Amino acid sequence: MGEASSNFDRAASTARTRLSRRKLGILIAGLVGLAVLPPILTSYWVGLLTQALIFGVLAMSLDILLGYTGMPSFGHAGFFGVAAYAVAVFSTRYHARFLVSALAGLVIGTLLGAAFGLLVSHVRDVYFLMITLALGMVLWGLSYRWIPVTGGDNGISDIPRLATRLGVSWSAPLPFYYLTLVVFIACGGLLMLLVHSPFGLTLQGIRESESRMKSLGVNTWLHRYLSYVIAGAFASIAGIVWAYYNGFVGPTYLDLTASSEIFLMVTLGGPGTLAGPAIGAGAIVLLKNVISTYTQRWLLILGAVYIVTILWAPQGLWNLGANRRPKT
Amino acid sequence: MVYLITQTLNGLFSAGLLFLIASGLTLVFGVMRIVNIAHGSFYMLGVYVAFSVVNRTHSLLLGALAAMLVVGGIGFAMQRFFLRRFASQPLPEMMMTMGFALLFRDGALMIWGGDPFTLAYPSGLAGSLEFHDVVFPVYRLFVILVAAGVGILLGILNGKTLIGAKLRAAVDDPEMAAGTGVPVALLCGLVFAVGAALAAFGGVMGGPILGGYPGIDFDLLPLAFVVVIIGGMGSLRGAVVGSIIVGMIDNFGKALVPELSYFTLFAPMVIVLALKPTGLYGRS
Repeated sequence: MGEASSNFDRAASTARTRLSRRKLGILIAGLVGLAVLPPILTSYWVGLLTQALIFGVLAMSLDILLGYTGMPSFGHAGFFGVAAYAVAVFSTRYHARFLVSALAGLVIGTLLGAAFGLLVSHVRDVYFLMITLALGMVLWGLSYRWIPVTGGDNGISDIPRLATRLGVSWSAPLPFYYLTLVVFIACGGLLMLLVHSPFGLTLQGIRESESRMKSLGVNTWLHRYLSYVIAGAFASIAGIVWAYYNGFVGPTYLDLTASSEIFLMVTLGGPGTLAGPAIGAGAIVLLKNVISTYTQRWLLILGAVYIVTILWAPQGLWNLGANRRPKT
Repeated sequence: MVYLITQTLNGLFSAGLLFLIASGLTLVFGVMRIVNIAHGSFYMLGVYVAFSVVNRTHSLLLGALAAMLVVGGIGFAMQRFFLRRFASQPLPEMMMTMGFALLFRDGALMIWGGDPFTLAYPSGLAGSLEFHDVVFPVYRLFVILVAAGVGILLGILNGKTLIGAKLRAAVDDPEMAAGTGVPVALLCGLVFAVGAALAAFGGVMGGPILGGYPGIDFDLLPLAFVVVIIGGMGSLRGAVVGSIIVGMIDNFGKALVPELSYFTLFAPMVIVLALKPTGLYGRS
């Protein structure tokens, strides 16, 4: 057990920056499948895949913090929820157009990250975890209690559907799916560029040894701060798409259970990689929806998945193969 | 003036309750560095177990004893069979407690259903005290006194007894302590159990007023976290001061600006963190 558990800390570092040929194959096959298969699926499954892609973006954004910079944020659902609420408020109350509402979601979510980042970026490890958890709960409390704006427990429903443009009804399941796929690939691509850039490598350096990066002359505070803001921005994008997909926003999308679900997606998939969290997100979304048709006990299952993951696959599904290689 | 006194007493009541929860959290963190997400669940389980017992025996005392025994036992088993495997790895430990928090929440919903309830007041503590114009419920005063008593007891246990000395040795240097014959592993299990039992006791004490409902676990957890963050993680004195600060601010905040009560709670945390990231009494 000791070996497996020490893997957890090393999970991120064992993740290869270069993909093995086999994994590259899986990845390409997966993307091709995502592009080709939906037209022959029922709209139920297309909806599930859309959800999986949205949460995939969200999980990848959390992994920038958790896996790459080593900042275990436990309030990440907050950005997702605030952006979704921003879209809901702008589009239902001010009847703003799609572009304006979406932009509002992105700007408000990112500004929130910029503000919270000032409070949390100098804090480390478990302190960081507890503070982000508390901040996440503040946002949840606000969504629950600030009734004039958020509608309290009832949330905001009837977010207008996407309009028909260029002869395509974008709110229909299939066009919306492809729209989400484009967002997913764009976000995944941008994040891929980010983590392989000098900036991204510096983040990983900070994860491994902050003091060493500091002595190399890196402003580690600024890097941690920017990492937090960027993660918040990408989580906001996921929140915007979710608002249009779901048509409804409520406090449950940003509570502690939601944040812990995202956390599990990243850990289950493989922290320190981008494909891993996306796969973890897909696995959790599918599991949640399939199980919910049979039983009400989703939280029980989620808790069990949590414990099993930590006990037997702490390095994540995507890194399972890497585990067999001799360790250096 | 009357308003001020009543609100201050209410604030002290919240502080007392918060101290019962936060002291266990900070104790566990101080000894094992575990951020226990399931700590709010221990509170919830405490009030639910007490509910079952009080319904049958009509005795809050028996309810409290049963809750502490059951929840303490659950805590001990959790530490012994799951958390110990990941000793001094904060992230897996935290995630393990998160998994348990979800299990406990759904388990409680399964066993006790989703209806909110409050525990019956213990006999003799149901009325109110009147002093000039100030009217204050006896039970709230009782909780304030009990919390103060628990605080003093924990302080004596930690600072003046042999077991406290061993505990402090285990915190400062687990390897050296183990080398001199201190049963560190057993102590860790006991501390976790005591922390869980304290939260459960808090649940029973709060039971007649806050009651129990699904979701109370995650409602109280951030409050306890804010207390511990302000006071400094691992510090008993910090838990006392943090509870009083948070209890007061939460009460006056709710009374004055109810919509923003979470923000008024959160402001002192930000100020403390900006000035001293380890909290008022925390060690880095």
